[in-house]
Amino acid sequence: MSKAKEFVQKKETKIIKGNVAAAYAAKSARVQVISAYPITPQTTVVEKLSEFVDGGLMPGTQYIRVESEHSVMASVIGASIAGTRTFTATSGQGLFYMNEMIHWAAGTRLPIVTTIASRGAAPPWNIWADFSDVINARDTGWMSAFCATHQEIYDEILMSYKVCEDHDVLLPKFVAYGGFILSHTSKPVILEDQDLVDQYLPPLPDEKGWPQIFIDPDRPMMHGNLIMPSGFYSEFRMKIQDTLMKSKEKIKVATKEFEKIFGRSYGNGLVEEYHMDDADVGIIIYGDLALQMEQAIDDLREEGYKVGMTKLRHYRPFPTEDIIEVAKKVEVLGVMDRGTAFGSPTGGPVSSDVLASLYNTGITTKILPMMAGIGGREVNVEQQKEEIKTLIKMKETGELPDNLIHGTLWDGILEVK
Amino acid sequence: MVTIKETLNNACEELFLPGNSCCAGCGLEIALRWAMKALGPKTALVTPACCLNVVIGLWPKTAPNFPFINMAFAAGASAATGIDAAFKAKSFRFPDQDWDKITTLVFAGDGGTTDIGLQALSGAAERNSDILYACYDNEAYMNTGIQRSSSTPHSAITTTTPFGKERFKKNLPRIMEAHEIPYVATCSVSEPLDLYEKFKKAKNIKGCRYIHILAPCPPGWGYAAEDTVGMARSAIKSGFWILYEVENGIKKISKPSRKYADPSKRLPLIEYLSKQKRFRSTTEKQIITLQERIDKRWKVLLSEIDTQEK
Repeated sequence: MSKAKEFVQKKETKIIKGNVAAAYAAKSARVQVISAYPITPQTTVVEKLSEFVDGGLMPGTQYIRVESEHSVMASVIGASIAGTRTFTATSGQGLFYMNEMIHWAAGTRLPIVTTIASRGAAPPWNIWADFSDVINARDTGWMSAFCATHQEIYDEILMSYKVCEDHDVLLPKFVAYGGFILSHTSKPVILEDQDLVDQYLPPLPDEKGWPQIFIDPDRPMMHGNLIMPSGFYSEFRMKIQDTLMKSKEKIKVATKEFEKIFGRSYGNGLVEEYHMDDADVGIIIYGDLALQMEQAIDDLREEGYKVGMTKLRHYRPFPTEDIIEVAKKVEVLGVMDRGTAFGSPTGGPVSSDVLASLYNTGITTKILPMMAGIGGREVNVEQQKEEIKTLIKMKETGELPDNLIHGTLWDGILEVK
Repeated sequence: MVTIKETLNNACEELFLPGNSCCAGCGLEIALRWAMKALGPKTALVTPACCLNVVIGLWPKTAPNFPFINMAFAAGASAATGIDAAFKAKSFRFPDQDWDKITTLVFAGDGGTTDIGLQALSGAAERNSDILYACYDNEAYMNTGIQRSSSTPHSAITTTTPFGKERFKKNLPRIMEAHEIPYVATCSVSEPLDLYEKFKKAKNIKGCRYIHILAPCPPGWGYAAEDTVGMARSAIKSGFWILYEVENGIKKISKPSRKYADPSKRLPLIEYLSKQKRFRSTTEKQIITLQERIDKRWKVLLSEIDTQEK
């Protein structure tokens, strides 16, 4: 490591790629152990962090260059168990490959933050925006957030450490954003004053480590030994579900505190509404497509349509209560997925969850599951306006579109022979 | 010459406690007890899936009196690398504490080392991660019910090689040597003093260290529980298992094996094989094949020692 003096970040705006924003966030969070393996489109996150660490800008931080994603997550788990703040980043196939360790991290109740520059699943090879990767990890006990802007990547990583390391939570979290669309484009990002970040985040773990798990020869502890079905296994599992559901409040509080200190707001943290209050047609959407959808909503509002959208910020825990409130506001609600859940009721992961959330609530809002932008397929504003117009037509005629595929509208799909 | 009694007097207290659920005559237990006597209480042990996960005791019972981390099958070396990195990060924050003096140890079976864990181990060795990796080799997947591993010897019957294995045992110590790490050694549970000294030495070396221990398994190999030490010793006497160490590239045959460099001093191989039920259907032709392999290994090993001493 070079002997350069520690660089203390002052508040500044830099025009940077989404991946670089993620790297700056990890630096701002003073992560102590980073482990990484290259995969497109995540790679420039860990390249930037290599520069920071080897350039002496993150003194004391250990950077492990491992030989696979399975080892990425295993080493981050080891480092987290031993009581340090950890970070890694991955994409698509890399996330699939570390799947065993993803379960391990949540089961061990470790506050690991991992960014995902999301990409489509192979085969055929696909490296472009598609959230099927993070969605594939949905039942593992991790929290997961979607980002719509470059700034949100930086901000969400900081908020994630705040929530994950809360002693009533202690679970890991994914921060996902569209590959290339956000990872490799540049936008102005406000990098915050280090003192303010330190004030916002919990202190780094002290020498004792986390309260529930530690490695300390003076306090020998057994980690995860075999437990019979009559032991506490079911209870450990129940507690993960219980904690995830309770973490919704923690996410709300962390988002509010973030707004107070840094002045940027993200709805209630779980969802962010846009012109929903007087809308009679709405859409639930996530990731970068949500940013673009704001433009479509603005255009349609100018044309006199009362339309609105809800940006889904968290996928796990799923904001059931907010979704119910959103559904109550409108007559027709579209749910736009950029990611697949094959064989599920709709084929779309979020639309399936939305339908499940509304069951037994007496809500009669018509729901249209939609798919767009799969594997990075371009979706433009005009197309998004047409998507909303489909919903408006549904409201006017009371009938579903006639081109659905197993109940779902696959927008922009080519004709397949 | 130092005796076992003298060594025990100097060694630290017992860290792998009674009440564990090892089978009678378990080779692994001897290996771990002696390794921990050498390493002492400032040790964090990572164990990927293997017999050791189970024999430490079912929750809430636990035999290790030191930090013990159960880990996924393929993740022994990588998890240990992360733990070591955390200790280094912690010593940066707390320079007055001893976090960097803790030995990060992996104790893994032959499946978790030579098969599913090899990629992570190779990665750790290439990075020269500051960990001590020990493989206790009972030559099959004993915990899951005696299935063949790449460390199972030629001709041995396992539940997945009902007519005997057709391939040779993977020579993992040699693969580890090829990584040019600071220390590679082989051990046997029949030679606890040799094992103790090697772990002592390894503890004080920085970087990736690898120790491969032959640990016979009574139910897996098919012999009586009281014969474990004798079985491990016959492996050495017959030349089937060779004790040696490689320190910074310099290779030395260890004392218990030196004499058997001379083929005429060796126990006939059949005397080692015939005591184990797993070789019950081994033919004369197969014994010749196994013997040729042993002779070849010795030849290669001795030639490397000659070259380096010149």
